[in-house]
Amino acid sequence: MSIQVKNIHKGFGEFVALGDVSLDFPTGELVALLGPSGCGKTTLLRIIAGLEFADSGRVLIDGEDASDTHVRERHVGFVFQHYALFRHMNVFDNVAFGLRMKPRAERPSEKVIRTKVHDLLKLVQLDWLADRFPSQLSGGQRQRIALARALAVEPRVLLLDEPFGALDAKVRKELRRWLRRLHDELHITSIFVTHDQEEALEVADRVVLMDHGKVEQIGTPEEVYRHPATPFVYGFLGAVNPFHGKIDGSTVRVGDDVLPHEVNSFKQGDDVVAFARPHELDIVIDPASTAGVSARIARVLSFGVTARVELDGLNGVSGQHFEVEMTRTRVEELGLQEGQPVRLLPSQLRVFAR
Amino acid sequence: MAAVTSLHAAVDHAARFETRSATREPTWIKWTIVGVSLTFFTLFLLMPLIAVFVEAFRKGWDTYLAALIEPDALSAIKLTLIAAAIAVPLNLSFGLAAAWAITKFEFPGKQVLITLIDLPFSVSPVVAGLIYVLVFGAQGWFGSSLADNDIKIIFAVPGIVLATVFVTFPFVARELIPLMQAQGKEEEEAAVVLGANGWQTFWHVTLPNIKWGLLYGVILCNARAMGEFGAVSVVSGHIRGLTNTMPLHVEILYNEYQFAAAFAVASLLALLALVTLCIKTWIEHQAAKTKEES
Amino acid sequence: MLPGFNLTLGYTLFYLSVIVLIPLSAVFIKTTELGLAEFWAVVTAPRVVATYKLTFGASLLAAAINALFGLMLAWSLVRYSFPGKKLVDALIDLPFALPTAVAGIALTALYAKNGWLGQWIEGEFGIKVAFGPLGVLVALIFIGLPFVVRTVQPILEDLDTELEEAAASLGARRWQTFRYVTLPILLPALLTGFALAFARAVGEYGSVIFIAGNIPMVSEITPLIIITKLEQYDYAGATAIAVVMLVLSFILLLTINGLQAWTNKVTGRDR
Repeated sequence: MSIQVKNIHKGFGEFVALGDVSLDFPTGELVALLGPSGCGKTTLLRIIAGLEFADSGRVLIDGEDASDTHVRERHVGFVFQHYALFRHMNVFDNVAFGLRMKPRAERPSEKVIRTKVHDLLKLVQLDWLADRFPSQLSGGQRQRIALARALAVEPRVLLLDEPFGALDAKVRKELRRWLRRLHDELHITSIFVTHDQEEALEVADRVVLMDHGKVEQIGTPEEVYRHPATPFVYGFLGAVNPFHGKIDGSTVRVGDDVLPHEVNSFKQGDDVVAFARPHELDIVIDPASTAGVSARIARVLSFGVTARVELDGLNGVSGQHFEVEMTRTRVEELGLQEGQPVRLLPSQLRVFAR
Repeated sequence: MAAVTSLHAAVDHAARFETRSATREPTWIKWTIVGVSLTFFTLFLLMPLIAVFVEAFRKGWDTYLAALIEPDALSAIKLTLIAAAIAVPLNLSFGLAAAWAITKFEFPGKQVLITLIDLPFSVSPVVAGLIYVLVFGAQGWFGSSLADNDIKIIFAVPGIVLATVFVTFPFVARELIPLMQAQGKEEEEAAVVLGANGWQTFWHVTLPNIKWGLLYGVILCNARAMGEFGAVSVVSGHIRGLTNTMPLHVEILYNEYQFAAAFAVASLLALLALVTLCIKTWIEHQAAKTKEES
Repeated sequence: MLPGFNLTLGYTLFYLSVIVLIPLSAVFIKTTELGLAEFWAVVTAPRVVATYKLTFGASLLAAAINALFGLMLAWSLVRYSFPGKKLVDALIDLPFALPTAVAGIALTALYAKNGWLGQWIEGEFGIKVAFGPLGVLVALIFIGLPFVVRTVQPILEDLDTELEEAAASLGARRWQTFRYVTLPILLPALLTGFALAFARAVGEYGSVIFIAGNIPMVSEITPLIIITKLEQYDYAGATAIAVVMLVLSFILLLTINGLQAWTNKVTGRDR
């Protein structure tokens, strides 16, 4: 089932949590709402669920206007960051809860409920924990039970609020892969909120990037990572080296130095900011070279396959720090020394107007 | 058992529940519940409080004042103050010592000790008075030896003080134990490692952390000490001008059908209760502030 | 290792023994002066049994009424905003702070035949409140109310809104959420409050004797019987009844400790 939100606006007093947000979530996709804390992603998810109501705008589920429908009538599955399991009920009763709360006419018999709950527990691979209480489970197990509980009522869509936020790094990685596989099995339209870009890029079919209550970019993980639409997206999806300067012919002038810039959609003299990721920067040690910006090597960290070089800017970019990633072999080839003056030359550069 | 009186920070939670669609009730349900609650509150708590003051002033200011400055009333006020002035510091020092021993050290029987400290709360005040009669009364264990030395405890001031100490016994300790337990002992250990002695550690490290809870326990202890009726009634002997505390004086006046005078003295005690509640509310706000800051 | 262990524990044990334990033991030692048969005769005398019935019956009923209305009050104070809330919240503790004798005469003035409420209740419904068993109930409601409110209130405040949101998203109606999610979490605290109010009510003396009328076999409470026997210099008899009350107090104390442990378990406060 598809979800659409149209012109959603939500404020808390002076603070605008969501400003005119419109989005389409196609049937069967797993979409990540990604952004820093306070960007409005959780508020949007709660509005879609009916846990909160927008000041204006519409929420359509499967084409039907659900804007004024109470959460209990929306038939959405919601998984909370801290699981929200009922601690006085065992795992079985937690999962059976939604079925048992149905009006008498729709309520399945206890026998049907039993079969259904056990099927769900098998699906989340925790069938053997049916008699345990939530306090006896690990964080990862609790989250999977919370998911089984949400799925029990056969929701039209599944909404997950920072589903892995409260787990430690190792469990989080495992659960991510598991969620992806589960989604491939069930194909239920799902939206999950996260502030972890790696998680979003790894798990989702499609990523929605949000900042300050606005949508910055929508696309597949590949698209948003390769072609960030805004400086915010560029910065949020990985480490970056920013260069502030002006367009000068087919270069960006940064202080006294210039960076070559091929595609030019800017006018002469425009203020711009150019970004290069650490692996897109090369270090030139030839003192005669004039291309790129000058910097001094502060530290060379080479203990993995890739080495990291930290540099301090010189001439017009002094006070700025840069980070370059290259293979260890390359570091050894260049014979980089701490304190050595060098030049930084980007192999790729994304330029945005300032 | 006294856990109910423990200090809890005054934070308003209504907004959290009233703004969420899943935790909000329809308006008519809200106002029905609020209405029933407030009616109950008014009938059983608010109206008795108002009645005290209305009855006290029924015969005018002059009668009111006369009832308070009459010698027997004054001596009752004096005795009440004396009893509280002895009982509160005693139980304060006990509370501090007990809380220190229980929360900073491990020893067998700790749980039993905590339960025993609670005991006076669950003993009927009348029984509390009775036990001292059995020990110090004319027929009691030490009755004859006390009489030989011409020492009077029962039907005299010492008995009243003892009974007051008993009924207010757990207040400070019960306030401090959970508080100091939650705080752990790391800070104290750090202070000792840095060279502070026991007293310095307590004064500069422990006390600032527990000051609100301590004050809370003290004012509740004081309110109960000044207001105790049952236990004191058993050991007092009701000798006018000598062994009557304020609550006992109220009873005598009331039984003599001097209602206006009884309520006049009662209004002083009600005022004391209101002051106690004001300080209590103030402490709760201070505690909320401290909580917010940390 | 922190200093002061011997000093503080020694002082604690000494003070506890002198003020509480030794005097309390006097009750049990004194009562052995009576033979078992005599003891039994005293504590099961019809007039004494009548006081148990009234004391326990009225205490149970008052605690039950407080559990119901105390829950509603706590619910209102935590979850709703309404004018005067701060004042109500502060005054809930009035019975803790107001001397029982003052409460007793105030309640009597209100609920007596010529009182503000009494004249209306007696006039309209012909029900006599003060100077009868109902008066006892009124006084016990007054002194027990804060116990329920103050035990339930913090649990309600700590209640995670996500639990109710989860229930709603699973299709539960508001009352179903209350019945199956909220109430089970509150129940141990509610029972603790009930037990505390009950324990306090059973031993209560000051507020009751003014309003009860103290008619033997009708509106006499157990603590009053002890006083009456003391006034007649029947120390052994008074002590025997005190033993009955003390044993009950111990049982209640242990029950309450158990209930509090359960509260902590259900609400996760023990971790």
